[in-house]
Amino acid sequence: MIRLEKRPQPSQGWVIGGPILAVVLTMIAGGVMFAALGSDPLEAIRIIFWDPLFSERFASYSRPQLLVKAGPLILIAIGLSLGFRAGIWNIGAEGQYIVGAICGAGFGLAFYPSESPLIFPGMVLAGLLGGFLWSMIPALLKVYARTNEILVSLLLVYVAEAMLASAATGWLRNPEGSGFPGSRNLSRHPGTNNPELIDGTGMHWGVLAAFIAVIAAYVLMNRHILGYQIKLAGQAPRAARFGGVSPARLVLLCMGASGALAGAAGLFEVSGPAGQITIDFNVGYGFTAIIVAFLGRLNPIGILLAGMLMALTFIGGELAQLMLGLPAPSIQAFQGMLLFFLLALDVLANYRVKWGREAAA
Amino acid sequence: MTALLEIEGLTKAYPGVVANDDVSFAIQPGEVHALLGENGAGKSTLVKMIYGLVRPDRGTMHLRGAPYTPAEPRAARAAGVAMVFQHFSLFEALSVAENVALGMEDPPKPRDLAARIRAVSETYGLPLDPDRMVGDLSAGERQRVEIIRCLLQDPKLLIMDEPTSVLTPQEVEILFHTLRKLSAEGTAILYISHKLEEIRTLCDAATILRLGKKVGECTPREVTAAYMAELMVGKSLSQPARDAHEPGEVLLHVAGLSVTPASPFGTPLREVALEVRAGEVLGIGGVAGNGQDELLSALSGETLVAPGTITLKGEPVGALGPNARRALGLLCAPEERLGHAAAPDMSLTENAVLTARIRKGLDRSGFVDWGKARGFAEEIIARFDVRTPGPGVAARALSGGNLQKYVIGREILQAPTVLVVNQPTWGVDASAAAAIRQALLDLAQGGAAVIVISQDLDELLEISDRFCALNEGRLSAPRPARGLSMEEIGLMLGGAHDMHDMAGGAVA
Repeated sequence: MIRLEKRPQPSQGWVIGGPILAVVLTMIAGGVMFAALGSDPLEAIRIIFWDPLFSERFASYSRPQLLVKAGPLILIAIGLSLGFRAGIWNIGAEGQYIVGAICGAGFGLAFYPSESPLIFPGMVLAGLLGGFLWSMIPALLKVYARTNEILVSLLLVYVAEAMLASAATGWLRNPEGSGFPGSRNLSRHPGTNNPELIDGTGMHWGVLAAFIAVIAAYVLMNRHILGYQIKLAGQAPRAARFGGVSPARLVLLCMGASGALAGAAGLFEVSGPAGQITIDFNVGYGFTAIIVAFLGRLNPIGILLAGMLMALTFIGGELAQLMLGLPAPSIQAFQGMLLFFLLALDVLANYRVKWGREAAA
Repeated sequence: MTALLEIEGLTKAYPGVVANDDVSFAIQPGEVHALLGENGAGKSTLVKMIYGLVRPDRGTMHLRGAPYTPAEPRAARAAGVAMVFQHFSLFEALSVAENVALGMEDPPKPRDLAARIRAVSETYGLPLDPDRMVGDLSAGERQRVEIIRCLLQDPKLLIMDEPTSVLTPQEVEILFHTLRKLSAEGTAILYISHKLEEIRTLCDAATILRLGKKVGECTPREVTAAYMAELMVGKSLSQPARDAHEPGEVLLHVAGLSVTPASPFGTPLREVALEVRAGEVLGIGGVAGNGQDELLSALSGETLVAPGTITLKGEPVGALGPNARRALGLLCAPEERLGHAAAPDMSLTENAVLTARIRKGLDRSGFVDWGKARGFAEEIIARFDVRTPGPGVAARALSGGNLQKYVIGREILQAPTVLVVNQPTWGVDASAAAAIRQALLDLAQGGAAVIVISQDLDELLEISDRFCALNEGRLSAPRPARGLSMEEIGLMLGGAHDMHDMAGGAVA
């Protein structure tokens, strides 16, 4: 029989070695799967992990994509990680992302065709505020009506998607778009544009914001009393109340922060890489960010790395579909394996495996 | 006569610690045999081996002359060994009879079982109604459920782990009466305890363990409690010392404190009133589950009440949260060390910030000064003799006694005006307990007011100036602790719970 015995302290070796081993195991298991699908496993893995960054043919296109894809994932995941650390589960970042994008885009389009330099900052604020207010719905309901924030925030995603559809086909539709759904293009208009800051890197204001969020979250969690209270509330809720932490205040704060960051991510996306409000503007960043947050062990630096890794498998996966004709579900299965191995090995950081049949007392 | 249970050379080692080292003793049929030792002496491991929960590394056991190697508790029960644990495994939302049925291999029909429970409970003088919900029962009554569950198996050996820690003196009397009756019928009892007077009253023989080794055996009636204590601890213990003094001004005043509990199995506080003066220790006795946790929450600020119900130096604090009360000098140390008084997975440094941030200035405009926090944690460790490699260790890695010293030390070193502690020495070894009591007395000596909530009546009599009892959420009027007899205290604690209920039930 195999037993797990809790370690008195988490093992430092496994905290660092676990993720590396998980990537290796994913490559092995994924390789077996790709071989079974009739592709050369080594080539498939090279295309997923290596070619997007270093191949001469693809890197010039896909290298900038890494930051473009990782930026919103990291920005949203950083916000979510605060709440997850405190045991507050905002599952609706996708909806806050959409509402942030609609509010930010709406603000910019309201002043169209002005090219004032104040418009873009105003759009950022509108995006932050939109995401914040959308997240306040589950937060206030949780505090005052004791509803479950998981359900409410998740269901509000579908409401936000309906709002997005009505915006794209109705009230934000491009009046000069010959009746096609979708707003004016924000990224091609100087006042509302979220440009690439350094050519060929994919770096835009949203990516910069993500990096700043990583640093701010790191300082908050390690130095500030609020970060301490967030950790305390997640680990020992009773001790947190004893330590003077107000659970309601923490809910509003964590939900609000994660909503605002998701909203900002939406705004940066709609004004940059996506360019306009369309019906299918959201591509699941808000949900994938949940995975990124956990892959990064809810640690800001970890989230930075996890966001990059996740973005790499997206880009590499697309490339593998294109080059080898691998079916899309096999790429999703591959990403699933990565998550599985990371979480499975995570157990070893906190537990020791014991072989033998002695019954624990 | 062959011994009922004969144990030879039992040894059990865990990584880093030898829990039992070559322990041998024998229990005769019908004997009440005490197993005596401090926390961590190896009593629990030893009885777990007898009950089939843990396998010995070496050594043999013989039950009635035949080799006895229980692979699991079921085998032990089949061989006639039953055990009542210190922590009950009962479902609060089920009735007594349903709980008993859950523990049986082959439960009879509910009606027959209820009848058998009534029969056993009458035979052995353990009043219990099989139809009541366990959630409504006192700790003493819950223990009776566990005992009756064992007696229905007709055991030859009954193991009892610290059975009196949750009982009022009157309930202890009822229990002892039952145990003597069982013993007279030939059932042997292995009685685990560290309460010496109890053992002297009840037990025929005693085996004393220290650090996993058997250090002696004796006939408790023929030796003094001090002799057994010395064997148990390995040195003589000092009694807490204090000088006589006059209490000063009233520091904490509570009046008309009523609280409805958040959970259905909590205890409401009813019109609690108390006051405690500078330099005074007020002892609040009572069996667990009579409102101790609720009282501590109301005093700590985790539960908010009307402002005027609690006043600190004349200032109303009832509506203030924990940190605002700390700023004014009202500090608390809750009973539950892991998860309430301290966060288990956080380091001792981080746990210093938990309550000491405000009074010790461990943050600057919201940013934690970890260097200063570490310094304070080190100060607690040094001043209160906390045995740990350093302040970076997680709280859960500390033994109960060491963590308790840390928790109490953390509050005392913040120089409180009023300190409230709940069960300060629960599960703490004798020398750590003595150190904690002395620290509380020294704090009072220095002019602070101290409230000690405890189930350990000996402890309260030793350190309190005045004593009052908490019973079903009501606090009795205080009485001077000096000269109070156990009998009087027992009556203050509400006597034996629900004896009158049983009298009615038996007739019906």
